[in-house]
Amino acid sequence: MAKIYPQEALKGSKILPKKETIQFLLNYSKALNVIKVGKISIEILAN
Amino acid sequence: MANVQTPDALLVKNYVAGDENALTILINRHQSKIYGFIYSKLSDRDISDDIFQDTFIKVIKTLKSNSYNEEGKFLPWVMRIAHNLIIDHYRRNKKMPMYRETEDFSIFSIMSDNMPNIESQLITSQVENDLRKLIEELPAEQKEVLMMRMYQDLSFKEISEMTGVSINTALGRMRYAIMNLRKVIDKHQIILTN
Repeated sequence: MAKIYPQEALKGSKILPKKETIQFLLNYSKALNVIKVGKISIEILAN
Repeated sequence: MANVQTPDALLVKNYVAGDENALTILINRHQSKIYGFIYSKLSDRDISDDIFQDTFIKVIKTLKSNSYNEEGKFLPWVMRIAHNLIIDHYRRNKKMPMYRETEDFSIFSIMSDNMPNIESQLITSQVENDLRKLIEELPAEQKEVLMMRMYQDLSFKEISEMTGVSINTALGRMRYAIMNLRKVIDKHQIILTN
């Protein structure tokens, strides 16, 4: 395969999600609290 | 020793115990593979961001509710969640997933070419076009494995876990993909070199 494919080119540049998306997830994680009561999960999202 | 990476399993454990920084490390470590995988299926930045976000919301909820039980296999687990969300997306839109390029993106447009002269650029462009056409002609299962291995740089273990087949089957599909490509190249005497 190495003779056919330009290896470096195939890997290409890294495609990353938007910074805002990552920031949202980190904030969401900090705000979320999940409490389990028996079989029920209660999600509490701090504002 | 300073570069020793904390294992995913330990980061997950720390996160479940309340260490929010562990999630930051996990996201930073795997965002490229996960987002690359999603984008390769959707070819749309905005939708890919949505799916990436939904994937990690699910991850966060599962971890925070102590429902995660796949210690040591964090990345394949997240990839499976992303894969399922992609399928849900296509089901909602009643479209079949395809590795098709759009006006916004072509995987070949990001290929680098160190040779500056126009002739080399033209040849490279032709090679890329030929290769793209050849890959498109492969059976879907072989194309999927080839794309995951070559374009997303996933290991065969990861591929087998994401596609639900054994490592041997994934290896076999890769082998047949290469054999089929070579057959077509030989048959039509295509030259894929600069």
